[in-house]
Amino acid sequence: MSITQSLYPIIRKQNLARGVYDYTVHCPDIAAEAVPGQFVHIRVPGFQLRRPISICGIDRERGALRLVMEVRGEGTEVLSRINEGELIDLLGPLGHGFTLLPPEKKAVVVGGGIGVPPLLGAISHYGNNGTAITGFRSASAVILQDDFKAAGARAILCTDDGTAGERGFVTAALQKLLESETPDIVYACGPMPMLRAVAKMAEEKGIVCEVSLEERMACGVGACLGCACRTVKNGVEGYSHVCKDGPVFNSREVVL
Amino acid sequence: MADLRVEVAGVPFKNPVIPASGAFGFGREYEKLYPLSRLGGISCKGTTLNRKDGNPPPRIAETPAGMLNSVGLQNPGIDAFIEQELPYLRTKDVTILANVAGSTVEDCIEIARKLEGTAVDMIELNISCPNVKEGGAAFGSTPQMAAAVTKAVRGATSKPLMVKLSPNVTDITAIAKAVEAEGADAVSLINTLLGMRIDINTRRPVLRNNTGGLSGPAIFPVAVRMVWQVANAVSIPVVGMGGISSGKDAIEMMMAGASAVQVGAALFADPYAPLHIIDGMNAWLDEKGIGSVREIIGTVQPW
Repeated sequence: MSITQSLYPIIRKQNLARGVYDYTVHCPDIAAEAVPGQFVHIRVPGFQLRRPISICGIDRERGALRLVMEVRGEGTEVLSRINEGELIDLLGPLGHGFTLLPPEKKAVVVGGGIGVPPLLGAISHYGNNGTAITGFRSASAVILQDDFKAAGARAILCTDDGTAGERGFVTAALQKLLESETPDIVYACGPMPMLRAVAKMAEEKGIVCEVSLEERMACGVGACLGCACRTVKNGVEGYSHVCKDGPVFNSREVVL
Repeated sequence: MADLRVEVAGVPFKNPVIPASGAFGFGREYEKLYPLSRLGGISCKGTTLNRKDGNPPPRIAETPAGMLNSVGLQNPGIDAFIEQELPYLRTKDVTILANVAGSTVEDCIEIARKLEGTAVDMIELNISCPNVKEGGAAFGSTPQMAAAVTKAVRGATSKPLMVKLSPNVTDITAIAKAVEAEGADAVSLINTLLGMRIDINTRRPVLRNNTGGLSGPAIFPVAVRMVWQVANAVSIPVVGMGGISSGKDAIEMMMAGASAVQVGAALFADPYAPLHIIDGMNAWLDEKGIGSVREIIGTVQPW
């Protein structure tokens, strides 16, 4: 698998919700290699560190990647001002993606907020056998629901305030689903308390669960050991690294 | 095309640009991007006697024109370095610096002994890591301690010995002179400057270790100053580092007195930074009609 770094043109930019931008970038060499769950490391003009952004969609035919990012600080604010037709410096694809089972298996993705975009690529693989449980603060923050439906997935939407979909957390929706169904795999990305709860529910049912993590990152390729996360491998606890060993981990091997 | 070859303490480098310890692992990750043989050398990840886990995360914080890290010398230990990393690296046609970090003088001696007879071209003795409780910067904080650990390692190795100095001291030239007197063949500087950031919303330090080492362009002028002072204080070669991100930065560092340079944080903005720096140096030398990069070492003309 090869990694590429270059300047690539943004061929489409959309504002999905307040502070959430959807970029389609023409980067054939990265798109040819990328798999769902991986990320690209984006250089921010004027900043020392790149920003890791997960891959939301891969279009090999058009040689394009879809990247959905949220403005969280000064760096992502600068990124959000890069427009259609301009160039963006990507390094990728990086990291270890989701384990995809045969598409006839049943899969559930559980995502919270800006943790939702990387799950679209995973669930698209399963077509009508996929379920996407996604949660947001309120209706104004909801993103990607049409994309989940277009991918064939059953979309269960939750909002904290009940302004769209079901009122409540994604964990409650997952609990309800697991009472009547047993998926073959669960994928989760979002806030740490959500990941912990989802992993626990899946493990109690004996369902394989993969979580996508984030951590403050420097090199992005596994050299600097900055983005450490606690893991247990063969009974030995130690640090793995989100950029190289992750961002996707089996929930049983990571200390959440 | 200028002649970029340099020599540090008798060790040849095909060009003066060396990825710095801690930023480049053992080279495997960056080899996916370019052949390691294009580099002057590689300063490997700081290696301790036994495997070390490092500090809890977060380990990284961004700062104006730089960054803090508190990785804390996470590494697989010297035996794993020799058995698993060195056989791979020695096939890459690049000068190899083993960065040695002991928590005691005895550890440093044992690591140096284990490196005897290996393919390592040079030992870089790290007496300046700011992120570990034992050894590390404590060794480099007084001339007496720096001298003692240098003397001990000198007695344990026949390999060229370079000592990496901490900038977090009152007088770096006193430390440099002390290690020179005990047989160091070269010094490298600067390690990171101790720093801290606080998240004002949570009132917690951004780094789980509270403090960390500052690197990047923010520290470049400090590094140039210290390299210049040390180069004027000792007669052994100096390898300069701290915030170098362009060919012109590298030229400036060499004019301050460095015989070669190391590049760390720049890799995180641009993984090809070492190659871009090599190209930039070459272009500048050609433009000035200077035949060899060696001609510029220490040529600053102070007022």
